[in-house]
Amino acid sequence: MATELGPTPVKAPASGGAPAHHAPKGVGEDNRIASQGRWASWLLAPTIIALAVVIVYPIVSAIVMSFQKDAGLDPATGLFTAGGPAGIQNYVNWLAQQCSAPAGGTVACPPGTLGGQFWSATATTFFFTVVTVALETVLGFWMAMIMAREFRGRSLVRAAVLVPWAIPTAVTAKLWFFIFAFEGIANKLFNVSILWTGSEWPAKWAVVIADVWKTTPFMALLILAGLQMIPAEVYEAAKVDGTSAWQRFRLITLPLVKPALMVAILFRTLDALRMFDLPYILTGGANNTTTLSILVISQIRQGFNAAAALSTITFIIIFLVAFIFVRFLGANVVEQSGATGKGKK
Amino acid sequence: MTTATADASALRARQDRGRRAAQNREKWAQGRTYLSAAIVLLWCLAPAYWMVVTAFREVGFTYDTSILPTHVTLDNFRTAFDTSFGNRFGQALLNSVFIGGVVTVVSLLIGVFAAYALARLNFKGKFLVLGFILGASMFPGVALITPLFQLFTNIGWMGTYQALIIPNISFVLPLTVYTMTSFFREMPWELEESARVDGCTQGQAFRKVIMPLAAPAIFTTAILAFISSWNEFLIASQLSSDATQPVTVAIANFAGAQPNQIPYTAIMAAGTIVTIPLVILVLVFQRKIVAGLTAGAVK
Repeated sequence: MATELGPTPVKAPASGGAPAHHAPKGVGEDNRIASQGRWASWLLAPTIIALAVVIVYPIVSAIVMSFQKDAGLDPATGLFTAGGPAGIQNYVNWLAQQCSAPAGGTVACPPGTLGGQFWSATATTFFFTVVTVALETVLGFWMAMIMAREFRGRSLVRAAVLVPWAIPTAVTAKLWFFIFAFEGIANKLFNVSILWTGSEWPAKWAVVIADVWKTTPFMALLILAGLQMIPAEVYEAAKVDGTSAWQRFRLITLPLVKPALMVAILFRTLDALRMFDLPYILTGGANNTTTLSILVISQIRQGFNAAAALSTITFIIIFLVAFIFVRFLGANVVEQSGATGKGKK
Repeated sequence: MTTATADASALRARQDRGRRAAQNREKWAQGRTYLSAAIVLLWCLAPAYWMVVTAFREVGFTYDTSILPTHVTLDNFRTAFDTSFGNRFGQALLNSVFIGGVVTVVSLLIGVFAAYALARLNFKGKFLVLGFILGASMFPGVALITPLFQLFTNIGWMGTYQALIIPNISFVLPLTVYTMTSFFREMPWELEESARVDGCTQGQAFRKVIMPLAAPAIFTTAILAFISSWNEFLIASQLSSDATQPVTVAIANFAGAQPNQIPYTAIMAAGTIVTIPLVILVLVFQRKIVAGLTAGAVK
């Protein structure tokens, strides 16, 4: 990528500029674009190089590692076996939930081992993603609609929603761990005695509730920013035309806020798919709250290369979801961020 | 004459009735707004309030349910900094400040140039670069950790500060570039043009005219960068040692006097200490921060 941005002469003007054959254009103009290109490549170089070192290098080496066998003790002979090329064996092992057998070859992983948890971790990750993002979207929209109204104390509400956002996730996890303790306030408030982190569904809902509490404000603020882009005259005109509040919401608010809403949902979805801190601290991944990220972390100490394969699978899953969002659901993040420098004027 | 007066008064009465109905509706809507706002306030603040109240409660009354502060004590804060059970909360605070500071400064120093180029210049491949940077900010941390774990083990960097700082840059830098690009697009760039007309070079115009104007944007971005580094847990939980761990890891691993007893009140005290500066920072610079958070999403 860096080479492409190198100070090569610019052949065609950047998108948004006039076509080259259009109107006689002075040599100065060409020079100007070329010099801007040179400037840009110098200014961008540090960022691109830094990101290449801290992101591209690890990804490439993770992919290389994922095709290697993990060195370790052979369970059958007790002798040390060296690594070596593994082909796609690591990937097959995860997807088919196979573990290497003492006699060589592979067998289905016994329950409880990391190798046998791939599909349940995937299901848990998607459960968390779908449920938290759905709840956050609905609640966030509601909060944004309230904050968009005029009332005394509005600035207080806008300040208050920033509080859960500002608390570090690790602290949030500990706070909800305390709230959901057996003798904690949640059980006392609702007069129940649930071992929240002790069995599957309470543990899952504990994670969902804590995540929704923490991240709904972010959603609400993004949606609020979208709502504020809608001119008040549009609503006034619709009111004069005798529309009901529900019609105004469905026919004006929703379509006009959709671009901002889609970006917010995309951001939150990708964030939820890599969820780690909250379940790791709140439930320790017990009772089927192990997400893909937690599974990778648990695997690292048992074998780098198998962990690299799993993290590559996780990366591919997240990439596919992002692709589907951008391609089919119209969440155009780059365009949304106003990449057309001239569009502003 | 009389009929006209009667008509007029009837009309006035009807108008009055209509106005009163409208006022009632208005009042009703206002009431609903306030009720909803109260629910939002309660939902956002109650758990945070519970953390602070518990932080000031005596250990023996950990599970006290009264809403107002009871059995108030500062012991928990002393316990939080106590190192006799293997906790190093004080050290962790310093570590977090140091790591967050370095990550923020480095990301801003590198990112400010990229943001300027992306906001201001026309060049080939701009979409590609923006897409790459956005993609980088959405990147899952676990995809980085495995190779880094192996690499840092091999070169003996496990548990060092640089092993925590470098991966942090990978997600703070894209955020920095992205936020600053949106801010820079909003600035009055005509001033740069006039500076150039007055004989400045592009570099001089940037340094003398744009930098001072950009200071608030850069400051806000710095706060956002620092917060995201301060909150980082995944990388730190795997690559830090007892000596270099940041506060998030220290709080997650906080141990009590007895292994089977979780020191909730001390953890809440530690959580309060970690959170209060952020909350103050965020509330003071509320407008700017919201603008920075939502920058790019709506423009």
